[in-house]
Amino acid sequence: MSTLQVSVYRYNPETDSAPYMQEFQVDTKGRDLMVLDVLHLTKEQDSSMAYRRSCREGVCGSDGMNMNGKNGLACITPLSEVVKNNKLVLRPLPGLPVIRDLVVDMGIFYKQYERIQPYLQNDTPAPAIERLQSPEDRDKLDGLYECILCACCSTSCPSFWWNPDKFVGPAGLLQSYRFLADSRDEATSERLAELEDPFSVFRCRGIMNCVAVCPKGLNPTRAIGKIREMLLANAT
Amino acid sequence: MSNMRSLSFDAIIIGGGGSGLRAALELAKSGKKTAVLSKVFPTRSHTVSAQGGITCAIASADPNDDWRWHMYDTVKGGDYIADQDAAEYMCSEGPKAVFELEHMGLPFSRFDNGRIYQRPFGGQSKNFGEGGQAARTCAAADRTGHALLHTLYQNNLKNNTTFLNEWYAVDLVKNANGDVVGCIALDIETGEVVHVKSKATVLATGGAGRIYASTTNALINTGDGIGMALRAGFPMQDMEMWQFHPTGIYGAGTLVTEGCRGEGGYLVNKDGERFMERYAPNAKDLAGRDVVARSMVMEILEGRGCGDKADHVFLKLDHLGEEVLGKRLPGIVELSKTFAHVDPAKEPIPVVPTCHYMMGGIPTNVHGQAVMQDADGNDQIVNGLFACGEAACVSVHGANRLGGNSLLDLVVFGRAAGMFIEGALNEGIDYLEATDSDVDAAMKRMSRWNESNGGESVPDLKAELQDIMQNAFGVFRQEDNMQEGVKKLAELRERIANAHLGDKSNAFNTARVEALELDNLMEVAEATAISALERKESRGAHSRYDYPDRDDVNWLKHSLYFPAEKVLGKRDVNFTPKTVDTFEPKVRTY
Repeated sequence: MSTLQVSVYRYNPETDSAPYMQEFQVDTKGRDLMVLDVLHLTKEQDSSMAYRRSCREGVCGSDGMNMNGKNGLACITPLSEVVKNNKLVLRPLPGLPVIRDLVVDMGIFYKQYERIQPYLQNDTPAPAIERLQSPEDRDKLDGLYECILCACCSTSCPSFWWNPDKFVGPAGLLQSYRFLADSRDEATSERLAELEDPFSVFRCRGIMNCVAVCPKGLNPTRAIGKIREMLLANAT
Repeated sequence: MSNMRSLSFDAIIIGGGGSGLRAALELAKSGKKTAVLSKVFPTRSHTVSAQGGITCAIASADPNDDWRWHMYDTVKGGDYIADQDAAEYMCSEGPKAVFELEHMGLPFSRFDNGRIYQRPFGGQSKNFGEGGQAARTCAAADRTGHALLHTLYQNNLKNNTTFLNEWYAVDLVKNANGDVVGCIALDIETGEVVHVKSKATVLATGGAGRIYASTTNALINTGDGIGMALRAGFPMQDMEMWQFHPTGIYGAGTLVTEGCRGEGGYLVNKDGERFMERYAPNAKDLAGRDVVARSMVMEILEGRGCGDKADHVFLKLDHLGEEVLGKRLPGIVELSKTFAHVDPAKEPIPVVPTCHYMMGGIPTNVHGQAVMQDADGNDQIVNGLFACGEAACVSVHGANRLGGNSLLDLVVFGRAAGMFIEGALNEGIDYLEATDSDVDAAMKRMSRWNESNGGESVPDLKAELQDIMQNAFGVFRQEDNMQEGVKKLAELRERIANAHLGDKSNAFNTARVEALELDNLMEVAEATAISALERKESRGAHSRYDYPDRDDVNWLKHSLYFPAEKVLGKRDVNFTPKTVDTFEPKVRTY
């Protein structure tokens, strides 16, 4: 049996009053395709289907979506990992406004990223060569800098669903900690001051959906825990 | 088209990858009214996929390293048609550009002394080829492109660059004098078409690997800037020069960095033989990419390929141990497991040469100014048009790019273009405004698609184009095959001109974008095909069975493809660097 049942969330604001699920039969020829390959096959059947994609190897973060109930990247998710009972249900990332079909408006997600000032801050005049950093200090950035901004984590987080305007969310906080942890950054106290309120960090309830879905195997919950520790230490 | 909305900028940068963001950063800092117009959110650009590193003589691994050695390697690697003034500029300015990236926060890997980690890459030497293998590629593990692109995006945020994200540039707008004064762009989210006016238009649209069926390139690499420039009548340089990366994952095409071989990995054939020892006795697996790719194809053609079909070879890494793999090549471990179902700590990775990089592109000088030829064959600047990064051919890569030189090219020449445009804007730029009919001319092909009401489908035509290119313009080429390919492409062009866009809706219509991209693939493919057919020699990545030797008498030249007549001319290579002696052409061995 190589015909896969694929059900895709469809919504075109120009023609549809409400979203609906469209059913496709996709011939996989028995191959363990990636979900993105399956989407290409459905688009060959209906060219009006919209989704984002770019690198097709899990590094650009374009094709985050909800596959059989779980967020992930379509391009590095093989059917064998998600398909149950020969059925694949594809929906946009939850909690963000839908522009069309599987394409969501990531504006508020990016805004939270920008809010944490995601760039190195260091006012000391730079040397003529690079700033030195020990391998041990550099190791502290592993597991943080690799984020691809796919939004799989933040859009699987109930706290972010409730307060996307006030809770920074796992992706933004992971990046916040990436700069807090960087031995070259000098803005630690300013960064922490921006996060002190009851919402920005403390709305994290440790549900850990972010960790469960991160396609890069990163751990935002741990980073949030570190920020909390820094905030508490700062307060005393 | 007078009812079309228009936007005005001092400079517009089309493309949000490494070179575009570096140019934008320079201009944003200068306070010029600048926008980056990108068909994807900038961090989705293909720069993000670069793995191994950025090659630059920062003298970290070797305190005595010298940018002149890097320049020598670059010129030799390019089989002597790299412009030596450009290679000199890139290699000598490089350290400054790399240190800037570090100061911006790029998380480079480190040596124990705290300096930036550098690894060996292919074609690198000390002391002008006399001092053995160098280690000159600065790395952030095997995610250097990701780290670089995010760092540049972050610093553009810091400097309040204006972004037009998910906007697609359709065509250039030229005024009555032929100056480039902006572009027509499509806001993908709403479908609105906007006339973007600018005093400087920078094409930073990257490569076009998607003209081939098998490529390491992202799905978005459709040569949009090349297509736009060709349709505007501008010539393209060295388009026959396409790099086939030795190690694309067999079947999937995804890239496995040369850094694997830099860290001590090597290629083996079905007998387990380390065959590069035969082809390149000194550099072995770290010879130039063109040399390694050809050697792999020779092994396969002579029956020593691996697998049931004997159509690939293996990259062996297991002897490096899990610790080195985890520390230096963690992304490769991930990719191998995902796309080859192989754990490189235990088994070798099946690999095959895969289209990777376009050495050719829009000819420019070191300031990023696009160049064309006047009737007497002299260089002439195109007013208003700039290019940098893979879309440009400045040319630092000549006939074959060295690993790690692409990221350096992006930041050095993105920066250079930004600095030059800032200066030019300060001096004042005043071109004639585009008239309604100038704008209409740039709207022509978009209107054609929008009015199409029948014809063949875009995905089918694209697949055909990719097959033609794969079969006739691959690692090895020959006359009859290429002639057949050129003929097929001419037919395909007619069919594409009558192809159908089924979905005419406005909101996030990706079918429309893919149709517009197909036109660009067509332009790039035809320029490649005709250039390859006409360059009757073998040099660098351009390797012909029927002309197996390099011909310095006739072809120590850039090729220049003129789209209106579809003919190939020539342009002189620069052999006059400012501060070092010319590197004279020699027989190229590794």
